[in-house]
Amino acid sequence: MTEKKLMKGNEAFAEAALRNGCRFYFGYPITPQNELTEYMSRELPLRGGSFVQAESELAAINMAYGGAVSGGRVLISSSSPGIALMQEGISFLCSTELPVVLINVSRGGPGIGTIQPGQADYNQATRGGGNGDYHVIVYAPSSIQEGVDLIGKAFEMADLYRNPVMILADGMLGQMMEPVLLPEEKNPLREEDIPSVKPWALTGHKEKRPHNVIKSLFLVPEALEKNLTRWYGKYQRATEELPEYELYQTEDAEIIYVAYGSTARIVKESIQMLREEGIKAGLVRPVSLWPFPEKAFEELGPQVKNLISVELSMGQMIQDVKLASAGRWPVSLINKVGGILLSPQDIVDETKKLEVNR
Amino acid sequence: MKRITVIVGHYGSGKTEFAINYALHLAHQGLKTALVDLDIANPYFRSRERQEFLEEEGIALYSNAFGRDITSDLPALDPGIRAPLEDKSYHVVLDAGGDGSGARILIQYRKYLTDPKETEILFILNGNRPETDTAEKNIHCLKAIEAEIGLPINALVNNTHMLRETTSDDLNRGMELAREVSGISGIPIKYHSIAKERMPITCQEDVFPLTLYMRPEWLDR
Repeated sequence: MTEKKLMKGNEAFAEAALRNGCRFYFGYPITPQNELTEYMSRELPLRGGSFVQAESELAAINMAYGGAVSGGRVLISSSSPGIALMQEGISFLCSTELPVVLINVSRGGPGIGTIQPGQADYNQATRGGGNGDYHVIVYAPSSIQEGVDLIGKAFEMADLYRNPVMILADGMLGQMMEPVLLPEEKNPLREEDIPSVKPWALTGHKEKRPHNVIKSLFLVPEALEKNLTRWYGKYQRATEELPEYELYQTEDAEIIYVAYGSTARIVKESIQMLREEGIKAGLVRPVSLWPFPEKAFEELGPQVKNLISVELSMGQMIQDVKLASAGRWPVSLINKVGGILLSPQDIVDETKKLEVNR
Repeated sequence: MKRITVIVGHYGSGKTEFAINYALHLAHQGLKTALVDLDIANPYFRSRERQEFLEEEGIALYSNAFGRDITSDLPALDPGIRAPLEDKSYHVVLDAGGDGSGARILIQYRKYLTDPKETEILFILNGNRPETDTAEKNIHCLKAIEAEIGLPINALVNNTHMLRETTSDDLNRGMELAREVSGISGIPIKYHSIAKERMPITCQEDVFPLTLYMRPEWLDR
């Protein structure tokens, strides 16, 4: 038997976080991510960590704030309406430069919406729902294995950039099962090592160093201006260093789909179906949603005729696709909402119906 | 075969795929068949999603009180579930939720399930799931379910697989694991369920060919 295990997305994401040294989890139940919270409630205490089922999502994000302030590796997870409730906290985490990893196992919205899969949180994730100038780094896995791998990267990038990082996984990814190879177990940061590894953390000055102060309030306008300028330097570096994407059968493709998450898997099937009919299609799959991988579009050849954004929303990522295409190609939308997945055949049919392809 | 078959097991062990396949196996023999979807714990990948297909195959599907409302995670069961349990002209497959907590729902139907001449309770086992990858863990899960429902499990169904990545090693180790669990618990193995495309496979126990009805095909390309 291989070392792989057959795991549900939610379970695998939780285990990946634990193996990356996460010892703090704060959450509040919501479908379709409950297995993640349940897994943490069972496994985190066994590894000497702290699990708290908060009284609300607002409480959970603020507990995460507290855990991160003291130098802990923190994970929180929720689903769309729960992430909406956390927006204030996310803005605060950015303004205090705290590393926290968030997982959104997204469902259909707006409002309570549906408990079935959705991708209508693209704007929420990449534009933010909190106040002020900030960015959250966002990764969108399209398989459970990729989710597991990206969680390791998310913790690293959160520490490196001192900024929250979000894994945007749809309900399908949270609920489905796939074989996964889990990472090696990493030791969590020892409490005595926190002051040297995270010198900004509130570990107690013990009369040996100046006070560390972490705050989101700046009474001197110039101090806030100076910080914002510095943070945007970080974000500029992120847009250069972090974009990630996959190009799939784009070399000769005339039609280019742009899709992320589980939808990208469906699109790949549609591409095979179209190619069997002699229609050359390919896929640009953004792996990082913020920063959006504009560079992927620089790599497209002169044979490309048009772009199609495929989303489980009324059309959100399409705005970034249009910006990235910079008027070079017409951009259309193929979508499905309400918690219903597109089928590979739906995408094939809708593609043929588009004016630009007739 | 028994008139009532109850499917229990660790969550994610493959209960629903086996339940659908088993109901089809009964229906294709010309038996009047009902499939009861008792999963009120998790709203994804439940047999009620395939209601139309199952009805076309002549299987009566019972689930929640709101019929085809597949996305509801309300613990609201169809009162009609008792009809096929009472009506002896039916063969019934009861597909419970995962683990002891998912099997708890069976308690309210317990009076239909106590006669071993009429009912068989099957425990589905997948040795590639991290929480059921040893004999000890399987026994723990099995005992927890028995304690919860107050009824003994009658037979094991080994469903060890790794989806499209299943190797002969997976199958062999799964069979060995099931034999070990059977040896310790004294519960016989009813089947090794194995993907249809891998057939024929011969071994000392019976093999049940399985077709995946719940999993979208695009997931495994």
